[in-house]
Amino acid sequence: MAKVHVRKNFQQARWNEPMIYELSTPGLRGIIPPIVEDEIEESVGDVASGLPDSLKRKSSLDLPEVAQKQILEHYLHLSQETMGANLANDMSEGTCTMKYNPRLCETLVGNPGFADVHPDQDPDTVQGMLKIYYDFEKVVKEVSGLDKFSLQPGGGNHAVYTAASVVRAYHEARGELEQRNEIITTIFSHPCDSACPATAGFKVITIWPDENGMPDYEAIKAAANEHTAAIFMTNPEDIGIYNVHADKIVEVIHGVGGLCFYDQANANAFLGVARAKEAGFDMCHFNVHKTFGTPHGGEGPACGAFGVREHLAKYLPVPTVEFDGSKYYLDYDKPESIGKVREYIGQSAVVLKAYAWSRMMGPQGLKECAEISVLNNNYMLNIMEKIPGVTHAFQGNGIVRQEQIRYSFEKLKEQYDVGSDDMNCRMGDYGIPWFWSSHHPWVIPEPMTIEPCESYTKEDIEQYCKVVELCAKEAAENPELLKNAPYNTGMHRRIKEEELDDPSKWAITWRAYKRKHNIS
Amino acid sequence: MKKLGFIVNPVAGIGGKVGLKGSDGEATLLKALELGAVPESGKKALVTMNLLKETADQLDIYTYPGEMGADICKAAGLKYTMIGEINSGHTAPEDTIKAARQLRDMELDLILFAGGDGTARNIMDAVGTSIPVLGIPTGCKIHSGVYAVNPRTAGMLMGQYAQGKVRETKEAEVMDIDEDLFRKGTVQARLYGYLQIPNETKMVQNLKSGRGYSESTSIELLSNYIADEWENDTLYVVGTGSTTAAIMKKMGLANTLLGVDLVYNREVLASDCTERQILDIIKDYKKVKIIVTVIGGQGYIFGRGNQQISAEVIRRVGKENIIVAASKNKVLSLFGQPLYVDTGDEEVNKMLTGYIRIIVGYGESVMAKVSD
Repeated sequence: MAKVHVRKNFQQARWNEPMIYELSTPGLRGIIPPIVEDEIEESVGDVASGLPDSLKRKSSLDLPEVAQKQILEHYLHLSQETMGANLANDMSEGTCTMKYNPRLCETLVGNPGFADVHPDQDPDTVQGMLKIYYDFEKVVKEVSGLDKFSLQPGGGNHAVYTAASVVRAYHEARGELEQRNEIITTIFSHPCDSACPATAGFKVITIWPDENGMPDYEAIKAAANEHTAAIFMTNPEDIGIYNVHADKIVEVIHGVGGLCFYDQANANAFLGVARAKEAGFDMCHFNVHKTFGTPHGGEGPACGAFGVREHLAKYLPVPTVEFDGSKYYLDYDKPESIGKVREYIGQSAVVLKAYAWSRMMGPQGLKECAEISVLNNNYMLNIMEKIPGVTHAFQGNGIVRQEQIRYSFEKLKEQYDVGSDDMNCRMGDYGIPWFWSSHHPWVIPEPMTIEPCESYTKEDIEQYCKVVELCAKEAAENPELLKNAPYNTGMHRRIKEEELDDPSKWAITWRAYKRKHNIS
Repeated sequence: MKKLGFIVNPVAGIGGKVGLKGSDGEATLLKALELGAVPESGKKALVTMNLLKETADQLDIYTYPGEMGADICKAAGLKYTMIGEINSGHTAPEDTIKAARQLRDMELDLILFAGGDGTARNIMDAVGTSIPVLGIPTGCKIHSGVYAVNPRTAGMLMGQYAQGKVRETKEAEVMDIDEDLFRKGTVQARLYGYLQIPNETKMVQNLKSGRGYSESTSIELLSNYIADEWENDTLYVVGTGSTTAAIMKKMGLANTLLGVDLVYNREVLASDCTERQILDIIKDYKKVKIIVTVIGGQGYIFGRGNQQISAEVIRRVGKENIIVAASKNKVLSLFGQPLYVDTGDEEVNKMLTGYIRIIVGYGESVMAKVSD
């Protein structure tokens, strides 16, 4: 049996690294391209003059001027200051399902046979890629029970926005869009389940939990009426409590003529066990980076596989990937489609990795993945419940927890003024990545949401709990130690949390930073 | 360096433990003392001041003599500057008012005061919203939203304030109940006005509310929404409070902060109406709607601070024509508890129970349970 090891002498690099633009020296060149040979120049001519005006820059390109060695140093420094699923015990990111991303999948996408394919190629020349799309769609269809999928959305929120657009198209086609302008969601659903419908033009009604922490069924009944376009809900919700009302909720919404969207971005609780179809939902989506083992994109490339029942298939984005019995092709012939939601057919590298992962797991493996996730989570709960100062949302309600749990340090806060942020900073000193507290607002006080999915061993879980226990003990003995943490991580404590809410204090691009500080 | 004023109402809460349900008025105070009550307000305030030791070098404290502040600062080991004079052992509401005015004139950053709803009213009478304040709850009645959750959180909040971590302020209700009626078993809470307090929801209202939303953004969005959805040929009965005041401001209409106004086709028909006036006017209109907000920290939508919108008015307008609007923070602070109604009429209370929508943003609402 592996040993449970708490890294008491952990020390991460802290480089205090400047921005790459701050390292720039005017005139310095990292790469000097060779001068074009005469023969080539003669035969090609002036390439730039052939560019249309619309593609020509009006001003020179503002790039940092840095030598190759300094660039390498810079990015290595930054990488040493990060944490993450492939570096440490990252069950920290509850709701996000930080799985192991098999290295094999990385080699597959590096294969020139895949990497050099261009999306503008004739479909006849990319039959292998299209087959992978077609076959992965079969996987998600089987797992959800729904009839048709689009792999075009570039992530979870994007898939939910696609769902809101489909709801709009459906009611519009029936001449009821003006009347059906409300979408119901729940407070512990992912915030995109309210944000996306709002962006798509719907009014949003939020349902708060009942005394057991489940979406208040009576409140949903009271909210549903002839104006209801749909319900958008995460299930199980972010606090990980099994929703015993799911099918009844679907009945209520269908009863008033609304559609039901199942946000199952994180489907780790029920892969191969329960399906959207049998629960009655009309639409669902998977974040393949949560459920199908692909890396999290960090706001970058991802795939939100979005599926519907047959009666909604005509509204899906174009093109869909189809098979005519002899070859795969892109089908644009959907007059009622909501249109494209992303360039080409989405993130093919991510689809390839998800496909490879699901084939490696196999049908039994997917089911086992859910079983281990739920087992891991409940094993962890059993240990965490015994740690003084740690409670969890709706503790003692008698309802089984699924793949994640929202814990609370409310007691530590009351007794020692040590809350979620302090615990987070201190746990980092033991090499644990920053944990996910909760979506905002914090309904559960001083939260910590943990998801020990199938990638984690019993020892990983015990290690994590030991660190929580150690920090909770430190909180009781020396609260200041936690309030001044971290000491050993690359991460700094946010000094002025409130400035995150003040647009004059931050910039998300170098250009915006320069504008705010009047730097020319 | 922050300049902090500190005022203690030393007799706040004195009536509580001896069952007098309040301490307003000299007769009550004497009776409480006769019954063996011991002033405890200062002791509670000391819990707060003890927590300021850590940030003492960032605070410049100004206070009144003896039990009105200096004694507590001394006991906490804090440096302070003393102003004013008192007749020790015989302080009265006038002393609170005088102290608050004097401290405000010294251009301080914030006044920290210890007391109950009566004290909050005195502070409001003295300084209004001209300076941020924060209450340490030491009184019997805490219906006002200007108090920290407890003396300890007041200390923690002041510590953060001293370090410049609390930036935004917001207006919070000053409410009080009629003590004489309360002793006879009737709760009649009135909204007296507003004080400006630090905007730190989890400390000021309810520890459970956690991190919230921007108060001003929420109010701005819901006001825009209600203004955009405003219907013509409909009489609106606009209730009390700063949320409904924000809606009226958005509509460009004059508003009575603590009273009920009637609006028809974007014009104010009557201001600061009594129940009788409301009933007289609404009988002539086919379509009538009521707009109210959630008043105070306890979650009342009717029967606290808006008794003019009586059971009879509600009965005539109908539940389906009631619009409830409140900031997201307010709704969040009530997590785990229902909204309350206390119209004085059982039948109307029953009619209002069940679920009602609270508008919390632009096109955004929350289903809330209503209890009687």
